[in-house]
Amino acid sequence: MSARQIGEVILNLEHISLAFGGVKALSDISFDVREHEIRAIIGPNGAGKSSMLNVINGVYRPQHGAITFRGRTRHDMNTHQAAAQGIARTFQNIALFRGMSVLDNIMTGRNLKMKHGFLLQALYWGPARREELAHRRKVEEVIDFLEIQHIRKTPVGRLPYGLQKRVELGRALAAEPSMLLLDEPMAGMNVEEKQDMCRFILDVNDQFGTTIVLIEHDMGVVMDLSDRVVVLDYGRKIADGTPDQVRNNREVVDAYLGVAH
Amino acid sequence: MLYREAGQFKTSYGADQQIFPIRQDRIAMAAILAFFFVGVPLLANQYWLQAILVPVLIFSLAALGLNILTGYAGQLSLGTAAFMAVGAFAAYNFELRLPWMPLPVSFVLAGVVAAAVGMLFGLPSLRIKGFYLAVATLAAQFFIVWVLTKFGWFSNYSSSGVITTQKMQILGYAFDTPVRQYLLVLTIVAVMAMLAKNLVRSSTGRAWMAVRDMDVAAEVIGIRLMHTKLLAFAVSSFYCGVAGALYAYAYLGTVEPEGFNLDMSFRVLFMIIIGGVGSILGSFLGAAFIVLAPIFLNVTAHGLFAGNIPAGLASNLELIVFGGLIIFFLIVEPHGLARLWQIAKEKLRLWPFPY
Repeated sequence: MSARQIGEVILNLEHISLAFGGVKALSDISFDVREHEIRAIIGPNGAGKSSMLNVINGVYRPQHGAITFRGRTRHDMNTHQAAAQGIARTFQNIALFRGMSVLDNIMTGRNLKMKHGFLLQALYWGPARREELAHRRKVEEVIDFLEIQHIRKTPVGRLPYGLQKRVELGRALAAEPSMLLLDEPMAGMNVEEKQDMCRFILDVNDQFGTTIVLIEHDMGVVMDLSDRVVVLDYGRKIADGTPDQVRNNREVVDAYLGVAH
Repeated sequence: MLYREAGQFKTSYGADQQIFPIRQDRIAMAAILAFFFVGVPLLANQYWLQAILVPVLIFSLAALGLNILTGYAGQLSLGTAAFMAVGAFAAYNFELRLPWMPLPVSFVLAGVVAAAVGMLFGLPSLRIKGFYLAVATLAAQFFIVWVLTKFGWFSNYSSSGVITTQKMQILGYAFDTPVRQYLLVLTIVAVMAMLAKNLVRSSTGRAWMAVRDMDVAAEVIGIRLMHTKLLAFAVSSFYCGVAGALYAYAYLGTVEPEGFNLDMSFRVLFMIIIGGVGSILGSFLGAAFIVLAPIFLNVTAHGLFAGNIPAGLASNLELIVFGGLIIFFLIVEPHGLARLWQIAKEKLRLWPFPY
């Protein structure tokens, strides 16, 4: 294994509850994420996994609970704060900007880091031009890392599914996040594509030290990749621990396989 | 010389990020600019300059403005003509009340006023999208025209709100001949088109397109929706405002609020739909098509049927053919004339080889 050191807790979620009208998506969930670790969230469909990610990066606002990220406690996040503090994510259904090229999509991931105003950009002159080129260099590093050099000018709408997933990862990586939220990065992929994606996730974690929170249905992948796993079922947390602990947990087995009555 | 990029190697990101990365494009662009700046003033007569080229350029600018808002930022608007009216009346009032103000400054300030008004009417876009937003901008269209007609101050208390623009003069140099007016309009339009092109390929433009394509993902990246949408409304209205000022000063000379009606907003919208939504080039092609096609049909109809059929029937035939042409182009290429041009270029890059 790699030389990475799992560090302190950087994200702590306490008693998170989220309801949409009468539907309780999450009830009283607490868990933490340590720096540099790969943390998986698993559970049957509708367990509240994606809602959990949406709470972490501020798309949803929980009714109860507290989120502590890097020492600062909030009742809820907002998306801009989350992005500014280094939380990036990918989506379950690909959420790329379909009208733009691969290069532009990944460049958009760096938007928050581009400081010059639109007037200077309209002139494409001096500092604005240098800034654009400096960011282009960074984006090319991401493109090299994900091995998608040959498609950099292709509109993303024309790419096959597996590559689109990879571009979406690229867009998240371009922001140089300290925490990466991946919502089913391997859904609908074949074995080779899954292996590639696993390799990228491990490399990101290993080389950049990025903390990764991962939702995935493929149990083989989850058990091999993650350091700790949290299991949700019907919006409740039913288990939390290392892959081995979770695998042998009675409630988890019941949730996945059903209970004999 | 074939249209090829083979052999033109880029060795820096700077070279790859140029506006026209392919050398043949740069040469063609220089040739087109030289033609319009030098060739046209020498060749064209007064009718061509005043009745055809100037309006095409001015509507191109308005279409460019709408394209920034609708094509790039994805916010549908039906208030284009109203924002043009704001620009026209603002420029008039700046020149009227502050006579020492240089004309270019008045035009820029007219654009700024239009931008402010555009942002105000862009506020609903934070809550509503698509067709509902179009209806909200429709309110801008009617409200602004009503205000300009109702309150005499805007038109210096002339009857029915008609204004006659002041003579165009910059640093004592009068733009009083068709050639000079044409060159002034051309310069402004060329510079603003260049700025727009730079803007849409910068991080601002990417933010607009991100909001257009997938607003939740854009938000998660850290793009502020409110800021991005309002900036799109502001920049778009600025372009429309300057276009409106030019429409009043360089084209008609005498305008009234009712001239900037919903019909005109729709014309500009058709321009970007025909030309290409989300394309700078498309704004020009669309404006040229919508302005030139009726004139062309009119001339053709007179040539073909002169004296054979009643004039009323001939003019109706023109409208029918014009409508038919619009439908034809939309069926052939729903993404507009700019897309046809792009496809032609891609084919040309391979020609004469099949692959």
